Amino acid sequence: MENSRRSFLKIAGISALGFGTKPVLNAFASGGNSEKHEAEIQKNPAALKAKRWAMVIDTRKYKSEEDLKPIIEACDKIHNIPKHTNKRHEIMWIWIDEFKYVFTNQEHEFVDDRVKHLPFLVLCNHCEKPACVRACPTKATFKRDDGIVLMDFHRCIGCRFCMAACPYGSRSFNFRDPRPFIKEENKEFPTRMKGVVEKCNFCAERLAVGKMPACVEASNGAMVAGDLYDPESEIRKLLKNNYTIRRKPELGAGPAIYYIV
Amino acid sequence: MNDKNKIITGLIIFVIFITFPFWYNMGKAAPVPEPKLTEKAKLEKECIEPKEFMKAEHMQILDVWRESVVRNASRTYVSKTGKKFNMSLASGDDSCIGCHSSKADFCDKCHNYASVRPYCWTCHIEPPKEKK
Repeated sequence: MENSRRSFLKIAGISALGFGTKPVLNAFASGGNSEKHEAEIQKNPAALKAKRWAMVIDTRKYKSEEDLKPIIEACDKIHNIPKHTNKRHEIMWIWIDEFKYVFTNQEHEFVDDRVKHLPFLVLCNHCEKPACVRACPTKATFKRDDGIVLMDFHRCIGCRFCMAACPYGSRSFNFRDPRPFIKEENKEFPTRMKGVVEKCNFCAERLAVGKMPACVEASNGAMVAGDLYDPESEIRKLLKNNYTIRRKPELGAGPAIYYIV
Repeated sequence: MNDKNKIITGLIIFVIFITFPFWYNMGKAAPVPEPKLTEKAKLEKECIEPKEFMKAEHMQILDVWRESVVRNASRTYVSKTGKKFNMSLASGDDSCIGCHSSKADFCDKCHNYASVRPYCWTCHIEPPKEKK
């Protein structure tokens, strides 16, 4: 086959024309669609936002378990948490424990009387580097950009790796169907099913509609939630003016629940 | 080939036996069910998208919604017509079951027919059955 300069130029010209038509055709093709509105998904503008959610618990503001009961009940009621009679099946999102179990690394023989007998509220620490998220094989547990460690109950297969990984014991497993053990169902929130792990979700469903977590609301100021990375936020002021401790910080998980003792 | 007769009878019996369910049920196919709409749903005239689209795509929509609500906290759906909807299966009056408030008359009608058993209601709270 012989190639002359003339035939080369011909082919080159036709090719250039061909490439040139593509943007024109694209423009025509998209023209018809532009008037049709595509479905989209939006955020609620009233939702509470933060770069990094955290909580401060002021233990000076309560004295006995009685003061903490309404806080726990508020959470239990909203999230359809069952009340199992068998202790080994217990489901807990937020609960009470003693200083020596909560702050294992700071307990010593001569801890002062107030702290020694004070009930401490414990809940998921929504860690900076959550061990549960790394352990989860199905990505049912994940950390949101705003620092909240959440669970997608749809995806949980109940392997309980996360429970083994969590250094705070913040997770509970549904050994039984929880439904019969829920006194009053909150229709706004789903229950769980047998074989699923659950834990505190920082009331993500409430934040999304502009409400503070239920425990914070019920605590009369003993608990404060806010943005850790906003220097003007209430919790930053509390952290600045008070000495706070966290649970097992030496593990490096970076818990986001701070306690004023 | 002395057993020709036996083999053929055997084959005929076999074929009849195997095809028994087909000709026994001939003409008795259950009619395609039509989900019953509640008064509230009828008044609305259209779901979040046209009926045909919802028929074919509701499972994908629910799947996208679940992902979006649980993982991104994005809870408002803006339909092709520009209407806004609260993305929720079972919470409140503006959720799916706010309109389609009878699971038995709506969901189950087709799901039972197609032998589909989604496990939504093991966790999500089913609307209370209407008392008659």
